[in-house]
Amino acid sequence: MGLGVFEAYQLPPPPVVLDAAIGLWRRGLLQQDIFATAARVVEGFGIGAAVAIVLGTIVGVTRRSEEFFEPTLQALRTVPTLAWAPLLLLWLGIDEAPKITLVAIGAFFPVYVNLVAGIKGVDRKLVEVARVFDLRGVDIARLVVLPASLPDLLTGLRLGATQAWLFVVVAEFFGSSRGLGFRLTDSLQSSRVDLMLVALVCLAALGKVTDMLIRAAERRALRWRDTLGEPRPA
Amino acid sequence: MSRRLAVAELRKRYGDLPVIGGLDLEVAPSEIVAIVGPSGCGKSTLLRLVAGLDTHYRGEIRVGDELVCGPHPAVGLVFQEPRLFPWLSVADNVAFGLSERRGPHARALVSDALAAVELTAFAGALPKELSGGMAQRVALARALVTEPQVLLLDEPFNALDAFTRMRLQDHLLAAWTRYRPTLVLVTHDLDEAVYLADRVILLGERPARVVDVIPVAPARPRDRRDATLAALRVALLEALHLERDSRLVTA
Repeated sequence: MGLGVFEAYQLPPPPVVLDAAIGLWRRGLLQQDIFATAARVVEGFGIGAAVAIVLGTIVGVTRRSEEFFEPTLQALRTVPTLAWAPLLLLWLGIDEAPKITLVAIGAFFPVYVNLVAGIKGVDRKLVEVARVFDLRGVDIARLVVLPASLPDLLTGLRLGATQAWLFVVVAEFFGSSRGLGFRLTDSLQSSRVDLMLVALVCLAALGKVTDMLIRAAERRALRWRDTLGEPRPA
Repeated sequence: MSRRLAVAELRKRYGDLPVIGGLDLEVAPSEIVAIVGPSGCGKSTLLRLVAGLDTHYRGEIRVGDELVCGPHPAVGLVFQEPRLFPWLSVADNVAFGLSERRGPHARALVSDALAAVELTAFAGALPKELSGGMAQRVALARALVTEPQVLLLDEPFNALDAFTRMRLQDHLLAAWTRYRPTLVLVTHDLDEAVYLADRVILLGERPARVVDVIPVAPARPRDRRDATLAALRVALLEALHLERDSRLVTA
């Protein structure tokens, strides 16, 4: 069967992969891997995105904090985020903490960068309307600036979620005993390409589901937009 | 209830450029005053100062007995563009300026304001579903809902076609009859000025000063075809030209 380009042990055909998946599932390992990885993504993404939203709002709204944080953050951003991995292992041990931290760092930057850009792009004219009504600081941020930059924030969240899935795999390469990233390295040790493919398919599916969820939230939250991406009003 | 607006010896410069040079203006409670003048003469700046958006000026601006030194709940401002918040429904846009935006009291005020501009049926619509004229009516309702004692309008119907503009002028008059604010309207449409205003104030070239005040006598409701209005329009036009010519001679 097949074109003979790859040997079956290099690229097993789909039925073999499916069998491998079923085998993993029966032993309870597949569920365990998926759950472990998804939990790390949810936690890491949640923390990273939350910090990014708080910091991004502060930096976007107040010029002084921008001068304070921006140079540092921009410098940190140029570090390929995966290069953090060894350092985090050293600092935080091989427990859950370094993995979740790495995922959080991965999720942080897209959210932060997009939110700050969104806030900087908010129409000054809308802010002026709020000022005429004698609103200030926190109220203007809450009622005008954040809603107006919501499209950018959601873009950032979507990119951040993609990054989170990317980083969780790398995080699991080092010193873990479960998770889809662990399954990949473990299968490499035992040359089980079928198991590696199972892990890859799971990662693809989970990434896709995350993206769909955020897109659905985006459509709901941004119905007010009058853009090419929105259906025309009736 | 409305209040008197008094501007005395107002001066404003942007850097080295004087924009307003000693301007005096008194507007009686519930009076409608139109301000006309060459473009770039500082009309919009005057409104921004009165609205408290810019507090760097010399001179005095009083609303009633209070000095203006920042945005004031008694002063409302309608901009050239509707500036609606696209993510809020029409009703929520109107409620934006209320200190309490939800609850039965807010709902009653909002529905009153929407009724005043005849947009009750669109309370739930999003701004993207509105035409330009409707959007500007929502902006008018948003400015009125807080019942400002002084309402400022900065060329509010500028971007609209002639028919919509006339309809909106009547909406404005109807709303004014309902809320009776002291009304200051900056416009470059002389027909609009003589149709709406009790007095038309003519400003000169920058730096802005009052060069002429033309009272408009006919009682409301006015007829747009009224010959008196046409004559006033001509008088205004002449005054504008005179002003420009005198500048040319002295320059």
